[in-house]
Amino acid sequence: MQTNFTPEALENPAMQASEKILRTCVHCGFCTATCPTYLLLGDELDSPRGRIYLIKDMLENNRPATPQVVKHVDRCLSCLSCMTTCPSGVNYMHLVDHARSHIEKTHRRSFSDRVFRGILAAVLPYPNRFRVALLGAAIAKVFTPVLRHLPGIGARIEAMLSLAPRMIGGRSPLERPQIVSSEGPRRARVALLTGCAQPVLNPGINEATVRLLNRMSVEIVIPKDEGCCGALVHHMGHEAESHSFAKKNIAAWISESEGEGLDAIIITASGCGTTIKDYDFMFRNDPEWAEKAAKVSMLAKDITEFLATHELPATTRATNHTVAYHSACSMQHGQQIRDEPKKLLKSVGFNVKDVPEGHICCGSAGTYNILQPEIAGKLRSRKVANIQKIVPEIIATGNLGCMTQIGKGLSDTNDSTPIVHTVELLDWITGGPTPKAIEKAGLKADIAINTLAAE
Amino acid sequence: MGIAFPIPDNAIILRREAIISGLSALIPPESLITSEDERRAFETDALTSYRRMPLAVVLPTTTEEVAAILAFCNENGVKVVPRGAGTSLAGGAIPQEDAIVLGVGKMNKVLDINFGDRTMRVQSGITNLAISAEVAHKGFFYAPDPSSQLACTIAGNIAMNSGGAHCLRYGVTTNNILGVRMVLIDGTVVDIGSDAMDAQGLDLLGLIIGSEGQLGVVTEAIVRILPMAEGARPVLFGFETSEEAGACVAAIIGAGIIPVAMEFMDKPAIEICEAFAHAGYPLDAGALLIIEVEGSDAEMDAMLKKIVTIAKKHGVKTVKESKSATETAAIWKGRKSAFGATGRIADYICMDGTIPTGQLPYVLRRIDEIVKSYGLRVANVFHAGDGNLHPLILYNCNDPEEANKAEEAGNDILKLCVEVGGCLTGEHGVGIEKRDLMRHQFTDIDLGQQMRVRAVFDPKWLLNPAKVFPLDGRISP
Repeated sequence: MQTNFTPEALENPAMQASEKILRTCVHCGFCTATCPTYLLLGDELDSPRGRIYLIKDMLENNRPATPQVVKHVDRCLSCLSCMTTCPSGVNYMHLVDHARSHIEKTHRRSFSDRVFRGILAAVLPYPNRFRVALLGAAIAKVFTPVLRHLPGIGARIEAMLSLAPRMIGGRSPLERPQIVSSEGPRRARVALLTGCAQPVLNPGINEATVRLLNRMSVEIVIPKDEGCCGALVHHMGHEAESHSFAKKNIAAWISESEGEGLDAIIITASGCGTTIKDYDFMFRNDPEWAEKAAKVSMLAKDITEFLATHELPATTRATNHTVAYHSACSMQHGQQIRDEPKKLLKSVGFNVKDVPEGHICCGSAGTYNILQPEIAGKLRSRKVANIQKIVPEIIATGNLGCMTQIGKGLSDTNDSTPIVHTVELLDWITGGPTPKAIEKAGLKADIAINTLAAE
Repeated sequence: MGIAFPIPDNAIILRREAIISGLSALIPPESLITSEDERRAFETDALTSYRRMPLAVVLPTTTEEVAAILAFCNENGVKVVPRGAGTSLAGGAIPQEDAIVLGVGKMNKVLDINFGDRTMRVQSGITNLAISAEVAHKGFFYAPDPSSQLACTIAGNIAMNSGGAHCLRYGVTTNNILGVRMVLIDGTVVDIGSDAMDAQGLDLLGLIIGSEGQLGVVTEAIVRILPMAEGARPVLFGFETSEEAGACVAAIIGAGIIPVAMEFMDKPAIEICEAFAHAGYPLDAGALLIIEVEGSDAEMDAMLKKIVTIAKKHGVKTVKESKSATETAAIWKGRKSAFGATGRIADYICMDGTIPTGQLPYVLRRIDEIVKSYGLRVANVFHAGDGNLHPLILYNCNDPEEANKAEEAGNDILKLCVEVGGCLTGEHGVGIEKRDLMRHQFTDIDLGQQMRVRAVFDPKWLLNPAKVFPLDGRISP
């Protein structure tokens, strides 16, 4: 597309990058067809092409964001389905990131919106604060019928409380910095991102990861000072804050990498993976951090990506359970990881099925299901209905946000199909304990014959 | 940039507030777009070098709403530019300042499927591919497959009588639509055609399909759905030169062989598409034909054998059959994404002329000469079996001089198509892009008759008025 930036504006590296992206777009409209919000709303303004146009005009004229632009950019899930579809290679992710940060700099949100977003940004990335908040939420759940009527924020509070678990488990030992040594000779050494919300809501995922990697003779380090990847605030347009989270992680990992060495940085939440793999772009113009960030982005691997290039331990259980594999948007679109998780699950015996309309987001999208409850709710129902079409015994995915979102949709429809992380299933069948959700659902996998024979 | 727009009617623009207030009484707030920021996203389609801000945009959800809107516009003399998904390469959905845009994007439901009679009733804002997706589980599909089928609507397909790669065998839109519900400019709702394979009386459906949104707004369509073939196999034929490939196409058609699809790509197009789709296109070839055959294995083998024999006579260098469904999907993904993928290397305008297939070698050579004479590059990717050319003229749209050259080169190519006995448009429609070339195709008498027919439906020229017919010399009844 033709662009119209002034030479002065193009001196700004962010503008320069966005101009390049806009020049690549040929306005063919393919992206509209795979955009979840366009599918629901049928308005081009709620499609990637419409948003690109809104963003283009705002940036070209270096204007403050208008409420209309904010409305349509806020409705974007950042699922990046458009990037998979786009034949021209438009980097919508970097464009919408730029727009979000421009919005935060130039637009004053309503009081309730500011407070709400402020609270999310101040709580979610910090496990301790999040844990306390969840305890509060468990109590507040009782008051949902009253709270939902609060003007302006009632729907969001209701959405937030409905997603919060009734109770949370104790602190996982993996939250502390440590080294978990592998059995036998060390084949690889990796850092594990403990993350922020995930260890609080579901510590079992990283515990399964550590067990499985250990059996593969991989040493795991949980470095000191590792924390939230910054994605949550990044998607709210809080650039400085997200960069400071990122720097903290980069420093922690680089110090490990330069010390005992790292073969990979393992991520078990694909939402975080997309962001960490983008650290190199974030810091491309920062002479102090560019090189380190690029190194980190290169080392960052989704757990399934790492496992796909290593030999899994032998199976100890036999399974042919039907698994619906739900590919998180950050997995299939953000990181373009499609086949690896399915191949891994198949390799240990699961009967893996794709979810119809699998390219469309479940509506989780970070804090989207709290900030845009109406659209998120519709996408959730659509996703759950599609999953139910294949009548799975188990649902597997690689992102905690989707697990929470789909889990809510399942319980809303009285469906007790367990939803677990791919790595939990792999750990289970290759010698780990039965994942809690699987146990609760009463599913069993018999001890494999070869294992029995060995005993 | 050479294409003119009519001078906007200032009286209408001055009444904008009143018009918006009138519209707001007819549709819910989320269906009416009035702010400047939001209207701007509708100022163009896929011919982005031309842009005009509309007065307002309406996105109705029912035929009744469309009827109310059109009746209101007719009474108030407001022009209406219908819009499907806005994927037109001919500027068919580009608005004008004194018009509203009427988009059918919210009307995307399937209304009824009748597998027994092989028909399906849909709202017109549904995408082409969504129709096929809806019936795929029973082994059915909707045949016309424009490359933009993922995004384009059946409304737009009907407006432009769209084609696609597989139309060589299955026909274009007009051969696959059995009926429409259409709203006339005065708000009257008419049903034309039916579930039956043919309708009585004049072939009004034939008139409406391809009328570029100038006769009415189609809100529903009855489409034919077909059972999928037993098997389908695309085969890649690599040639050293475009002329050889062109001559091979002419010879295949000349021998009376009609494959399902016969697509052409020249070297630049092969490189662009392979980089995007990793389809295994031969990068050492100067030109590529994708020829798809369908049927049982025996049928496919028999037809392929004949085709390969002809291809060998025309110097084919590589013949490569698709070995799996994944490979087949990649081969078609590459072809269907060709235009968009070209965006990775340059801006382009995509031409759409049709020629007798026997003229392919000559026309391909001339296209190359024409584009080179303007100092520009061209990538050719098109429906060879139909003789439907899509030269992509590459240029830099931030350079006004180059943009003009690209447009002139495009005009020369289209004139060449007419000269050799072809026509200005195969499937993209006239839009604004080819409007001023219409006199190369038709005499004033021809155009006059077409305009008289048009004026019967829309005497005040309110529906998509800047398109199709040259701006001067317009005729009302």
